[in-house]
Amino acid sequence: MKLDYKALQEDLRRTGYIADDGLSMALALAIGLQRPLLLEGEAGVGKTAVAKALAAALATRLIRLQCYEGLDANATLYEWNYQRQLLAIRAHEREQRPADEIERHIFSADYLLRRPLLEAISQPVSPVLLIDEIDRADEEFEAFLLEILSDFQVTIPELGTVAAQSIPYVVLTSNGTRELSDALRRRCLYSYLDFPDEAKELAILRARLPGIDQRLGEQIVRFVQLLRRQELEKKPGIAETLDWASALIGLDIRALDANAAALQASLICLLKTEADLKAVPPEVAARLVGKVA
Amino acid sequence: MSASAAGPVARLGGFMAHLRRNGFAVGPGETEAALAFLAAGDPTDAVAARLGLKTMLTGDRGQWQRFDALFDAYWFGSGVRAARRAEAKGGAPEEARRPEIWSKALPAEDRAEAAQAAALADASAEEDARRAGTGRLVASRQQALARTDLRHLVSPEDVAAAERLAERLARVLRYRLSRRRLPARRGDAVDLRRTIRRNLGKGGEPAELLLKHRPERPVNLVLLLDVSGSMRLYSRYLISFARGLIGGWLRADAFVFHTRLIHISDVLRERDRLRAMDRLSLMVEGFGGGTAIAGALKAFNDRYARACLNARSIVILMSDGYDTDPPERLAGELARLKRRARRLVWLNPLLGWRGYAPVARAMAAAMPYIDCFAAAHSLESLAALEGELARL
Repeated sequence: MKLDYKALQEDLRRTGYIADDGLSMALALAIGLQRPLLLEGEAGVGKTAVAKALAAALATRLIRLQCYEGLDANATLYEWNYQRQLLAIRAHEREQRPADEIERHIFSADYLLRRPLLEAISQPVSPVLLIDEIDRADEEFEAFLLEILSDFQVTIPELGTVAAQSIPYVVLTSNGTRELSDALRRRCLYSYLDFPDEAKELAILRARLPGIDQRLGEQIVRFVQLLRRQELEKKPGIAETLDWASALIGLDIRALDANAAALQASLICLLKTEADLKAVPPEVAARLVGKVA
Repeated sequence: MSASAAGPVARLGGFMAHLRRNGFAVGPGETEAALAFLAAGDPTDAVAARLGLKTMLTGDRGQWQRFDALFDAYWFGSGVRAARRAEAKGGAPEEARRPEIWSKALPAEDRAEAAQAAALADASAEEDARRAGTGRLVASRQQALARTDLRHLVSPEDVAAAERLAERLARVLRYRLSRRRLPARRGDAVDLRRTIRRNLGKGGEPAELLLKHRPERPVNLVLLLDVSGSMRLYSRYLISFARGLIGGWLRADAFVFHTRLIHISDVLRERDRLRAMDRLSLMVEGFGGGTAIAGALKAFNDRYARACLNARSIVILMSDGYDTDPPERLAGELARLKRRARRLVWLNPLLGWRGYAPVARAMAAAMPYIDCFAAAHSLESLAALEGELARL
C-alpha cells in the first residue's frame, strides 16, 4: 500500500479542485484501502465537487447516485424495460415461437436497464461512484447499500450473479439532516469538510476564475468570510462565492466599494432566503465592505 | 512519532484504548487497519500519520473535531493527566461531554487541568449555555444550581400512569402515509415489475394484476420540555410522559430547557427508571431556575433542527409560556421552527386552570404558530389529547 497524498493533492489541483492535506489524505486512503469515504459538512463546501474532481484526476468515469426519500433497491440496481418486454412478447407471439425461447429473449441484457450501482460495478476500469446525500435516503436503504459496498456483486434472478469487474472508488456525502447508522460509519473512512479559510478560498477562486483581478478577488473572499460570521440561516458556500464573483465580473464591478447599489443587488447570489437578505441591509453591507476594502 | 520502549504495536493499542475511553467506536479491525497504514507510511511523517488515523478512526463530526486534541494528548503528552482524571471518574464519554458538572468538585489548583480536559471534550454544553445567553446579569435568569430531586414531586402511581398514557398517544401519532409505494394486496397502482413476473407462465398476458400502495411511515417526534421554576410542579410527570412517548418510538428526540437547552433522548431511553432520573438531575443542573424559551428555541434551531426535523416531524413543546426573553424573539424562533417542522403542539399546564387565557405576552405572540394548543395540567387533560393529536 503506497500512499502519496501529496501527489494526489497536486493532481486534484490540476483539475481545479483545491483540497487541503486532510482531504487529500482521506482520498488517498480511500483509494489505497478500497474503502468508501464518507464526507460530511455544511451545504456548499464542495462535497459533491470532490467526487467530480477525483474522477477527473484519475481520468475515469463518474457515476452518480442521487439519494432521495423513498429510494429503493430497484431504482439503484436495475430494472427491466417492461414496455419493451411487453412489445416483444406481442411481436413474438405472431411468430409462434415457443414460450421459453421468448422468455430467454426478453430477460437478456438487451432489456436490462442498468441503474447507478449496477453500472458502477460493471465498468472495466474503476469509476468514481458518488452516492450523494445519503442522509436523504431511508435507513433501510443504508443496510442494502452496506451489502453492496462490501460484496460488490449483484444477483439478478433472471440473469444470475453479476460480480464486479472493478471495484469503484466510492464517495458518500451527507448533509447531516439525519443521523447515519453506526454500521455505515464504521464501514467508511470519514472526513469532515469545513468552510475554507481565507487563503484556501482565494486559491479556489483563482483556480476557477483565473482571469479575476487580484484585488477584487481578495475583497470578495474577505467579504464572504465576514458574511459567514453573520447570523444567517444559510451560510454562503464556495459555489455561492464563485457565482458572486462571476456576477461581479459580469456587472463590470472592479472594486466592492465602487457601486453600492449594484453590490446590494448582486447579494442575491450569496443570500438565498428572504430572511437572510433582510438580515444584510445596505448599511450592513456597507459596513462589511468598509472592513474589506 | 515515538516508537518508545513499549514497542509501536503496544503504543498503538494504548492509543486505541484511549480513543475508546473517549467514546470512539474502534475495535480490533480498526487497530489492524491502522497498523497496516502506519507500517506502509513514512515513520517520520507525523502529519501524514495524524491525518490518516483521523480519517480511519473517526466516524462523525464530533469525533472529527476532538481527534486532534486526543491525538496530542496521547502521543505528545499534553493534557494527559486531565484525561486520566476524567477516566477515573468512570463512564468517560459522558463525563468528557459535560466537564462542567464534575469540574466543580475539583480542588482549585486543578481547575486549569480541568479546563484542558474541557477543551478535549465536545464543548456542546458550554455552547448551549452561551447561545442561551446565560451569564447575563438579569436577576430572573439566575440558575438554581441546587440539584432538585425529581423523585418527590408526584406519587409513583401517577408517574406510571403518565407513562402508559404517553405510550398510547405515541401509538396514535406514530404513522402517516408515505410517498414510497410497496407491494400490497389492495393497492391503488399496478406494480408492473411483479405483475409481469407473475404472468410469465401465461405468455406475458397480464391476467393477474399485482398492486402497490402507499404504506404508513413513522412520524418524527421532537419534545421540548420546560423545566424552569414556574413549571416545577409539573416537571416530574411531564418527564415521565416524555419517557413514554420516546420509549416506543422509532425516531424521536427530547430536550429540556430552562435557561439553556439540553438533549436528553439517551437518558430517557435508559431502562432503569431510577438511574435515568439520577442522570437527568445531574444533567439538568439549574433545574427550577428561570426560563428563556426563545433562547432555548434558538439553540435548538441553530444546532439540532437540521438533524432532528423533517417534513414529517411533530414538535411538542410543553411550557407555561412565562418567558424572560422579549416576545418578538419567541415569535421569530417559532416561525423558524415552523418552517422545518410539520406540526407544532403546545401543551400548557396553565390552560387547565379556570379562567386562564393566554395573555402572557410570550404566549400571545406564539399563538399564530401553534397548530394545537392544549392543557397538560393533569392526567385527564393528557388523555384528552389523544383525539386532538390524531387529527393532526
